[in-house]
Amino acid sequence: MPRSLSRRSVLAGGGALVVSFALSPTRGAAQPQLPGDLAEYPLLDAWIRIGGDGKITVFTGKAELGQGLKTALTQLAAEELVVAPAAILLVTADTALTPDEGYTAGSRSMQDSGTAIRNAAAQARALLIAAAAALLQVPAAQLRAKDGAVVAADGRRVGYGEAVGNQLLHERAKPDSVFVDGKSRRLIGKPVPRLDIPGKVSGGAAFVQDLRLPNMAHGRVVLPPSYAARLRQVDIAAVEHLPGVLKLVRDGNYLAVIAEGEYQAVAAMRALAAAAQWDETPDLPDPATLFATLAALPAHAVPVQGEAVAMPPGARVVAARYRRDYQMHGAIGPSCAVGLYEDSALSVWTHSQGVYPLRGALAELTGLAPAKLRVIHAEGAGCYGHNGADDAAADAALLAMALPGRPVRVQWMREQEHTWEPYGSAMQTDLRAALDRSQRIVAWDSGVRSMSHTTRPGGKAGNLVAAWHRARPVAQPVPEPPPLPEGGGDRNAVPLYTIPAVHVGYDFVPAMPLRVSALRSLGAYMNIFSIESFMDELAREAGADPVDFRLRHLDDRRASAVVREAADRFGWAAFSRRPGRGRGFAFARDNNLAAYLAIAVEVSVDRESGRVHLVRAIAAVDSGEAINPDGIKNQIEGGILQSASWTLYESVRFDRTRILSRDWSSYPIMRFSAAPDSLEVYLIDQPDRPFLGTGEAAQGPTAAAIANAVADAAGVRMRDLPLTAERVKAAIGE
Amino acid sequence: MITLSVNGISHRLEIDPATPLLYALRGELRLSGAKFGCGLGQCGACTVIVEGEPVFSCLLPVAALQGRAIRTIEGLGNADRPSPLQQAFIAEQAAQCGYCSAGMILRAQALLDRNPAPSEAEIRNAMEPNLCRCGTYLRILRAIGRAAAALQKARPAATPEAG
Amino acid sequence: MRIRRIALAAAVLLCVGAIGFVVASQQRLIPKIEPPPSATFPRALVAQGAKLAAVGNCAACHTAPGGADYAGNRPIATPSGTVYSTNITPAPGSGIGHWSEAAFRRAMRQGIAREGRHLYPAFPYDHYARLSDGDLHALYAFIMTRPPVETYQQANDLAFPLGQRWLLAFWNLLFLDEAPFRPEPQHSAQWNRGSYLVSGLGHCGDCHAPRTLLGVGRRSATLAGGTGEGWRAPALNAASPAPVPWDAAHLYHYLRDGWDIEHGAAAGPMQPIVDDLGHADAADVRAIAAYLAAAQGRISPSRRQRAAAAEARAATAKLPRPAPGEELGATLFAGACAACHTGGPAMVPPRGISLALSTAINEADPRDAILIVLDGIRPQGEQAGPWMPSFAGAFTDAQIAGLLGYIRAHYGSGPAWRNLATYVHDIRDNKGRS
Repeated sequence: MPRSLSRRSVLAGGGALVVSFALSPTRGAAQPQLPGDLAEYPLLDAWIRIGGDGKITVFTGKAELGQGLKTALTQLAAEELVVAPAAILLVTADTALTPDEGYTAGSRSMQDSGTAIRNAAAQARALLIAAAAALLQVPAAQLRAKDGAVVAADGRRVGYGEAVGNQLLHERAKPDSVFVDGKSRRLIGKPVPRLDIPGKVSGGAAFVQDLRLPNMAHGRVVLPPSYAARLRQVDIAAVEHLPGVLKLVRDGNYLAVIAEGEYQAVAAMRALAAAAQWDETPDLPDPATLFATLAALPAHAVPVQGEAVAMPPGARVVAARYRRDYQMHGAIGPSCAVGLYEDSALSVWTHSQGVYPLRGALAELTGLAPAKLRVIHAEGAGCYGHNGADDAAADAALLAMALPGRPVRVQWMREQEHTWEPYGSAMQTDLRAALDRSQRIVAWDSGVRSMSHTTRPGGKAGNLVAAWHRARPVAQPVPEPPPLPEGGGDRNAVPLYTIPAVHVGYDFVPAMPLRVSALRSLGAYMNIFSIESFMDELAREAGADPVDFRLRHLDDRRASAVVREAADRFGWAAFSRRPGRGRGFAFARDNNLAAYLAIAVEVSVDRESGRVHLVRAIAAVDSGEAINPDGIKNQIEGGILQSASWTLYESVRFDRTRILSRDWSSYPIMRFSAAPDSLEVYLIDQPDRPFLGTGEAAQGPTAAAIANAVADAAGVRMRDLPLTAERVKAAIGE
Repeated sequence: MITLSVNGISHRLEIDPATPLLYALRGELRLSGAKFGCGLGQCGACTVIVEGEPVFSCLLPVAALQGRAIRTIEGLGNADRPSPLQQAFIAEQAAQCGYCSAGMILRAQALLDRNPAPSEAEIRNAMEPNLCRCGTYLRILRAIGRAAAALQKARPAATPEAG
Repeated sequence: MRIRRIALAAAVLLCVGAIGFVVASQQRLIPKIEPPPSATFPRALVAQGAKLAAVGNCAACHTAPGGADYAGNRPIATPSGTVYSTNITPAPGSGIGHWSEAAFRRAMRQGIAREGRHLYPAFPYDHYARLSDGDLHALYAFIMTRPPVETYQQANDLAFPLGQRWLLAFWNLLFLDEAPFRPEPQHSAQWNRGSYLVSGLGHCGDCHAPRTLLGVGRRSATLAGGTGEGWRAPALNAASPAPVPWDAAHLYHYLRDGWDIEHGAAAGPMQPIVDDLGHADAADVRAIAAYLAAAQGRISPSRRQRAAAAEARAATAKLPRPAPGEELGATLFAGACAACHTGGPAMVPPRGISLALSTAINEADPRDAILIVLDGIRPQGEQAGPWMPSFAGAFTDAQIAGLLGYIRAHYGSGPAWRNLATYVHDIRDNKGRS
């Protein structure tokens, strides 16, 4: 049941909650490693609280992004506490209430938070049973947990509220837990329906965009028309007297307006934009020579794997270069946040992926101490990485401080989200490999060149757009490439295949001519596109079937299993090509350590227009233990379609001065008519294995499978993403 | 003073008549189902039904709505008693982030009201104005088909349409 | 008595003459050839043909909605009824696979199919008569290398006796000018190329020139405006209603990209045309632009004055104050249109232009403005391009009338449009909408 998000209930938090000390992370203490993020927050009541009334609250530092996280975590907790999901109140990412689990990103939520919660819940159950045993004077082994109580064979029960007593869960977690027996499972591994969908399909207030606090005012910012634009002058008088206007904010190049009503704020924003004159400089690279620019920018050589590899003499060598344009998140709901500044303390409701790192950045931006700043996650539209959420939060913080005592809601407009969000970096890869006489790959040497894949706030105001525009700007920090396994442009640059000699290098370019950061799967989308396209090019040189060729080089059984499953379900061996149609295959393991995915697709290519249509897609995925099988399928289906959209249409357009992709008309994405005829996802459940991140597994393989299918259908090898109709038509010629 | 009829209820609002319906719904009327996605008529997140037609509420000034029946997602059903179409979306789990859902459901409802047994091609065509960035298109199509089938079954045995 | 005998004799002679003419004009069948393999056509020639086909926009008429390219069966409304385009893929059965180049040439220049039957001038062979041998050679290479698709040809739906093909012999007699294109030496090579393309392959006059003879005659040579597919095709000559006169550079941009900063977006039937022109030879599009810009003739001082006034109105984001009775139109404009149409220089192109610059708003006939409001403008497929949503469901007929009345009064020049609400209603009805 969706709770009403009144300010009172949100700030009060509800229940018997003692906040601060349970949340101090214990780093560096020499203890046996606790599972998941229990290692950072070993006290059970950092994760699970039970009130005297028996109400269960579960805390996670992760956030619901629309990936079904709340449901999956609730399943874990409800399973181990042996209650119905409805009995759990899940509190997500809130700097006042939950552990600091960094960012909800990298598909690590289940591994980090899910593991912690599952173990905490299992151990809480054990403690509750032990406490009840003492109360009932019955051996613990004769008791069992059921529906929020501990029950004896003779029917006597002790409710959790009674058993929890005083501070029962204020206990350090142990390294091992006894989980509910596989045979008794009610929830884990079952397609439990998403808890949030009923509310969302009936219009319940569900998003940060829907948050309405008492006495709330509405803010809008006027962003510069380009990164380097400077405000020459603005006729504030034209706007100050418009109906409903409460406050105008001008601080250097930072311009914003606050009004009573939302449409009044929109009208005032338009008037303010019309009243502003900017000096602009052509500061962007020439789009016609983007990759030459990328190649010439200074770079750090980041070693990824191995040393330089020489191609054996006499071997057949295949080489290829691949490219990818800038692409954007394009969340369907532009970023939004609500700020409230009163009693010298600031609260911000935001859909940021990381409330703690954002708090640090906001502290620097506003000059407030972190203890005076509370950042609370409220769900936004799917963000697919680092989009404008943190920046809207910064605007809400600044505007709230400009109007103390009243909540201020800031909504970014579509054009603002499109032109100011950080994009997925343009990238270039170069691959070389040698085949021996037995048609095996014996040497592999590849390099990837990319700009940063992470400029998340990370506690620094300089990563917030608002900080760049104020009269005393904070410069954006120079980005650093995080090492693998998190990685960035190098994610999935190393092929999973068994190859005797492999060298992979990463040229990290710190410059950011266009704003860039983490877009779902980071470098993996492009790297897997490159590797899997290249595997087809090698297979062709080897005269081998693309699926057989891959199996020939895979020793990981789980990998071979998904490859075979996808091929079988697609009917790969029996495929007969119709005119204008082709098939393509691809495989990857997300980040070489998360979910395994193989995909086979059929496309049609219209020679006249070059338009590629995805006809059908079949995928097989192994995510380890599947907590919610339908949740996994939903994520993979969505990932396939989103990747197909990136792969076929998406490219951020710009000229020397401005970003030109400002709305859906200038940055088209997949619509219903382009969605495939069919899409099937087959799950290989591994109940005894750890659960693996799934959210980013489909991006790269889908791109390669499509490119491989285009090669099969039209005889042209497309190496530049996106595979637009124009590019395909040009490649086909007449 | 503008009078709006929303889900069968009349509301008198003291509001700038140029205000797009979306802001009146979400602000004055506290109906937050319809969403702001672009304000440009390109994404459909704001879709509501006016006199049976699906419209972009982000571009529809309330001045144009006097005396015209408006239906929003809240008027179809709620989480406890979802309408057949909403039930179908739940059954098919046809949502990821869910931001586009309300708009999708309204456009689908308008289709089913006009054409109770649409083919898949007709559904795709009718739904074209609405975007889903999470890629849930196929589940949405299944949900609409499922709702159409359920509505057909529930129909009393009337004269069958020409096959 | 004598007069009657003379009259009878004259009538008999006329009939005999007519029958004789019809018999004489029965065209011979050109023998079949084996469909030539694609490899026999040089790639460069095929590429040249592709670029010419882009100017001719052949695909638009010869492809049914959702159908295979060039496979025909697109319904084309004519004053005489509906004609279905033919399959011009090189399919041997239902296409033109058995057509020799001579047969192709005859069809293009004289409107006669390989088997000898007359083709309806919905197919604008009266324009293609002007095509050079070289261009026809390239077009043949292009069309014969398309993927062959067999179809079932839809029968035309023409009211008797208009469906009788032999009548077309008379049409050709009256209207078909088979003289080849003659360049005019006093004009530049580019102008002449433009003239050749516009009057020939481009067949612009099919929409942009008025019909003669009760609407079934040949189009006038002067691009004085006409209709096409229910839209008004504005005059391209001195009578051009565009508030700002076209020049070659702007016209090139419009034809190539579908949008111009001083004139707005291509709408309706112009959309597929500019889509194709985006793939035509750039020099050819420049030539067309140069020719059409010149077709406006010398820009008169009064037209220049009107243009300056329009540009001044376009430069302000301030919304015009409504006159009494215009309040609803002004409100609707403010809430629905102003965000895109008065955004000004801050908005990245292609953007909604100020309506002071809109040709549709300045036509005497409001139909294009009505159609744009009802249908919107959207790019094809998943391409980037100008975008305007449809307002058909949002506004009633009376509201659209009020809105357009306000816009015409404050952004157009010329007398008020009358009976707008009825006109809106009629246009909606024609499209079968509620």
